[in-house]
Formats: sequence, C-alpha cells, structure tokens
Amino acid sequence: MAQLVATLASTHHPFYLKATTMPPEQQMPQAPEWKRKVEAYRETLSRTKPDILVMIGSDHFHQIFLDNCPQFLIGKAERYDATFYNEEREFGIPKYVLEGDEDMSRFMHQSLMNQNFDLAFSNELKIDHSIICPIITVRPENDLPVVPIYTNIFAPPLHTPRRFYDLGRAIRKAIDDFPSDKRVAAIGTGHLSLELGGPRQFMETGPDPVFDRQAIEWLKAGDIDAILENVTHETMARNGNATHGFLNFILMLGVAGAEGADYVDNLDLFHTMEAYFTWYPKEQTA
Amino acid sequence: MSKYYVNKFLFTVDRDPDYLKRYTEDPRSFVVTWEQSIGPKLIGNEGEASTVHGFTTAERDALINHDYVALFEMGAHFFLNLTLFIGIYDEPYLTKSGPLSFQREFAAKLQHWRDKEYPSVET
Repeated sequence: MAQLVATLASTHHPFYLKATTMPPEQQMPQAPEWKRKVEAYRETLSRTKPDILVMIGSDHFHQIFLDNCPQFLIGKAERYDATFYNEEREFGIPKYVLEGDEDMSRFMHQSLMNQNFDLAFSNELKIDHSIICPIITVRPENDLPVVPIYTNIFAPPLHTPRRFYDLGRAIRKAIDDFPSDKRVAAIGTGHLSLELGGPRQFMETGPDPVFDRQAIEWLKAGDIDAILENVTHETMARNGNATHGFLNFILMLGVAGAEGADYVDNLDLFHTMEAYFTWYPKEQTA
Repeated sequence: MSKYYVNKFLFTVDRDPDYLKRYTEDPRSFVVTWEQSIGPKLIGNEGEASTVHGFTTAERDALINHDYVALFEMGAHFFLNLTLFIGIYDEPYLTKSGPLSFQREFAAKLQHWRDKEYPSVET
C-alpha cells in the first residue's frame, strides 16, 4: 500500500514569486525573511522524499464558473497545464505543465465515491495559483506527478467545516489504501483571515489578526473539536469576506488526522498572515 | 436583477485581453456589445444561445461607470469585482501613487460597510 509521508497545509500568496525575484532594491523589506521561511518549509517536504503529490486547492473562477460549479472536483489526466492569462497579468506567475498520475486519480475518485463523496471530475483541468503557488514554494523543481483536488470555498452555498474535515479523512483513507509502493505527500492551501474586494482589504495586517493567532494555535495543536465548535460560515465572513479559504486547512487537518503539527511557522505580511504547517504520520516521524 | 449575469460579465472580460482593453477604453460601447453578442453565448459552447438573463438599468449603469462600489452593493462576487478593476486601474495608479494605491482607494470607498454584514454574493 502507498505510504503517506507528509501532510502540508499553508497559505498561498500569489505574489511570493514576484516579491522575492524582483531586483533586490525594489523588494519589500520582508522579502528576504519570507524567502528564508519558505525555503525552510520546503525542506519539510523534501526530507520525506515523496513520489506523488496529492494537491488540494480551489479554482478562483478560472476554469470553473457559476454556470457549472462543483463543490468538490478531482483532476484525472496525464498532464495539467497551469496558470491563466489573468494570473500572469496580475501576479506575474509563469506557465507550467504538471505531470499527472491517472492511476492514482482513478483510484482516489472511486475511493471517495465509495466513501460517499460525490466528486465531479475533469479530464482536461487547467490548474490555477491555488496549486501552482505551493509548487513554487515547496517543490519548485516541479518534478513529481500530482493528483489535483479542488474544493469550492468561493461560491455559496459552501459545504460545512465538518464536511471539509471528513473529506480530508476520506482522502487519507484513499491514500492509505492505494495499492502501490509509492510515497505520497498531501499538500493543501487556503487562507487565514482574508478580505478581497471589501473595506478591509490590503491593510497593514490581515482583516482579523486575533482570528489568525487563534487559527494557528488550533492547527498547531490539531484541535479539530475547537475548530468545529468555533468556526462557521458566519464567523468566517466576520473574520474577512474571503476567510472561507480556511476550510482547506480544516480539510488538511483531516488528512493529517487531528494531531499536533510537527512544523509550524508564520509570517505577518501586509494584508495577510502567512502560515506553514507540516504533519508527519506519527509512526514515521523522521 | 441578475447577479449571475453581472458576474458573467466580470468573468468573461477579466479572462480576455481584448475584451479587457475595450472595456477599459470605451466601457459604454463595450457593455452594449457584450449584451448583444458576448453575454448571450453559453459558456463552453459558443454556438448555443442563452436567452434567460439580462441586466437591470442599475446593473448596466454600474458596469458602464466602472462603479465597483455599486457592484459590491449589488452582491457581485468580491473576487471578480476586485480582479477585473485591478486589471484596469492597478498600473495607472501604481505609476501615479505607488504600489497598492488602487486597492487602498477601493477599500476606502467601501468603508461605510466596515462593521456591517456585506451584501450576499450567493447567486
């Protein structure tokens, strides 16, 4: 059976590449620290020597729109193009092609269906920055096949925090059951408090630094009970109108299994708190 | 009222460099063109017409005027509403007033919503 070797959950900041590769005299003051933190985080993945990456993200109205909007979707293809014109325009993210793993996608899809998660699927999925940002930060070589899974954190009605956690549990089971000797890492991205297109956007901090600190503590402790008691769609909307990206952190805690994180780091940037978590399955902690 | 159709406008323009240029330079004629020949195309099957949506006068005016405050108040999706107008205004504001100046002006114009429940983006 396949072996889960690491679960990573982080924010995805689309400006990381641009912010850390522009001429040094034009860089923001935090750029060197940001780069150091991301490179340290990258090491938490590379030390586990993964063969396949199961990647959880959320399309930002690039391929998926309101005419046909799945709650959860899995990519099943040999390869995936990545980065849309408007992401190149706004964030300066280059185009990529990612290798897929059709066998694992097929197995994952069937397993999730068997576990009562009716995922939509796509045989021609173009990946957006929710999955390319973590490739840039934790696997810039882009040398591993991926199984992409998208969640709807964007177009209400959204599934409950509980459902996201349970989907994470089901993805974990599918990885554990996958008949292969491959080493699998699961990587998901989302947000802590975030405001986009509203009155609290682009402030000196994220829209709700108190929530950000609390969310980091919950994830660090793996305290799913506290999260499910305290986090609802209404509370997330009060934390910032795009805070629902936190649902992907909840999903990743489901993959890891409600345990304390083995690696935790964060960085207070303009308008957002960046956060980086890694869990190693306890029996294999390196 | 069609929040969906407003979002369809923002979505189709944001992803197309030619539409974005035309909407930037002459929003009044571009909105007319969009209503006549772009909006009615079914997404993903452009040979098929979709006849069920249209703008209200207020929606049309908000789009013609690049009025992102009115669009926010109508419940246009926050991500589309931000991204499209960044595409139009970020560069000129950057040259004139520095990084993030457009984004901060956008936020400043919405301050009256700060402690209120925002209009729903559900469609």
